Amino acid sequence: MDMKRNYYEDVQLFRSGVVVFWFVLFMAALAVFPLVAKNYYVYVVNYICINIIVVLGLNILVGYTGQISLGHAGFFAIGAYGTIILMTKAHLPFIIALPLGGLVAAVFGFLVGIPALRLEGPYLAIATLGFGLTVTQVIGRTDFFGGRQGLHAPPLTIGPWHLNTDKEFYYLLITLTVLLTLAARNLIKTKVGRAFIAIRDADIAAETMGVNLVFYKTLAFAVSAFYAGVGGGLYAFVLRFIEPEVFNLFMSVMFLAMVVVGGLGSIMGSIAGATLLAWLDLQLRNIVAIPYLGEWLETFSKTYMTLTGMSNIQFIVFGLIMVLIMVFEPLGIFGMWIRTKIYWKTWPF
Amino acid sequence: MIEALSGEGSFVCLRISTGREVKSLMPFFKVENLAISFGGLRALNDISFEIAQGEIYAIIGPNGAGKTTLFNCINGIYRPDRGKVWFKGEPVLGKKPDRVARMGIARTFQNIELFNNMNTMDNIMLGRHLYLKTGLFHGAFMWGRRSFAGKEEIRHRRKVEEIIDLLDLHAVRDKFVGGLPYGTQKVIELGRALALEPELLLLDEPCAGMNSEEKQDMIFWIKDIQDELGVTILLIEHDMNMVMDISDRILAINFGSPITEGTPEDVRKHPDVLKAYLGEEEDIGYAA
Repeated sequence: MDMKRNYYEDVQLFRSGVVVFWFVLFMAALAVFPLVAKNYYVYVVNYICINIIVVLGLNILVGYTGQISLGHAGFFAIGAYGTIILMTKAHLPFIIALPLGGLVAAVFGFLVGIPALRLEGPYLAIATLGFGLTVTQVIGRTDFFGGRQGLHAPPLTIGPWHLNTDKEFYYLLITLTVLLTLAARNLIKTKVGRAFIAIRDADIAAETMGVNLVFYKTLAFAVSAFYAGVGGGLYAFVLRFIEPEVFNLFMSVMFLAMVVVGGLGSIMGSIAGATLLAWLDLQLRNIVAIPYLGEWLETFSKTYMTLTGMSNIQFIVFGLIMVLIMVFEPLGIFGMWIRTKIYWKTWPF
Repeated sequence: MIEALSGEGSFVCLRISTGREVKSLMPFFKVENLAISFGGLRALNDISFEIAQGEIYAIIGPNGAGKTTLFNCINGIYRPDRGKVWFKGEPVLGKKPDRVARMGIARTFQNIELFNNMNTMDNIMLGRHLYLKTGLFHGAFMWGRRSFAGKEEIRHRRKVEEIIDLLDLHAVRDKFVGGLPYGTQKVIELGRALALEPELLLLDEPCAGMNSEEKQDMIFWIKDIQDELGVTILLIEHDMNMVMDISDRILAINFGSPITEGTPEDVRKHPDVLKAYLGEEEDIGYAA
């Protein structure tokens, strides 16, 4: 046994120079990307980044702590409205309003977490579903929040910088996404994350080892809601205009789908799942643009479905991809990655 | 200085702090008239016993006698109907399991309750939960080995490595525990409980399902934990040879009620214990 074992190795982010190299290269690519890409693709990446932030938080709750939430669109909405209202009504700068919006969502997460202490599985799913639906109803019926008309996002400035185009906003989003990813990853590797995983795997054993279930379960909800809230606050500036209908049940389900497709209990999986499904969500809207296949799908849809049937096809393809991923790899994209790694380790045997 | 003076029984424990004041005349650990029923079933009925500091105390009894129920009551997983439990002069009952752990009582489980998707290291690290000071923010901003969270991780991982050394778990240090052999999982559970640095260790059938070699190791470690770490041990076990071998005193229970208490020799010979384990000799009419 080597006596000078380096215990930090176990929790180290970059275990070798190769990993550092790829990370730096990836960061550099991200930095150059908006300079060479079309505006639309920058918008796509922005959209993906927001999904990544929310899915990271949701994975902490669902994947790591083993709780479920079908109401994350609610936290997302609270973050979006909170940030905008703090900026327009309280005249706070964005840089303070965004984390405060996240904290407001976290407080609601904590409150939702309290009944969650007594609920499990399907019961918790329904309770959080109710929360998500309530939030949009309350927002949609309150004039202070703009009611059904919605709210316009104010112009965005941070110190000397004005971030009012997608490309300018891109740099802020990438920075925040990388920071929040690192934070989530560190959290999981240290005391709090271990307590979360312990609660998921064997809650009674965790309790007898000194983990306070009440505290850590509500904390998981609060952290998860914070991520959703920050994501929501940023989303408000991608859309520039928010209305209650945006934050519907479908959105909550999509977030959950991204977690499951990416891989439960995996940071890289969260990123992969959010990237894939958010990208598909946007791409499949222009399904006609795909050469040959798009045309064929359009005729198929118009012959056998409704005349305006393109939206049917796009959801069917979307659903089909999700079903296939689940059937062939229940651990999601992360599971595929692990399998590929193991395969190449022993290749060609 | 804490001193354990033996009185008439071996269980009168006197704690003297620096000779100035006699802090308490309470025994180290004491269970008083503990009773719990589930519906109409009396799972425990007036169980009382005391344990002196540094002792290995065993509870034996046939299946369904209420041994694990007793542990669950002490731990705060169940709420007993009646009775009191004292640990170092403080009441234990009514506390939640994590509060009981905070008092210095750790346990293992009969049906292994490990965190299957963590490796051995992290499983035992969870035992350090109460000692780690990393909070949400320090944890999230662990920027390197010099950061607060980094230092905490290093410090406690070193501690855990000592336990891995002690229990000879190097081979499985970085493996996920879910796929490990049963005997190894039992040892990891013991390690996790030890990481809590308990003063009282509750072991629920530590040797169940082990082969004889693993059993020998386990017995060796339990004795080691008592001798070198000075941990008091409360033990449930089915393997009579093992119990007789390592326990200082034994309490036999059946159907939730105590049968007898005493040294291994006394308990072994007690007719009611034999009856509980081997069954009663029945008077069969046509026996010659």
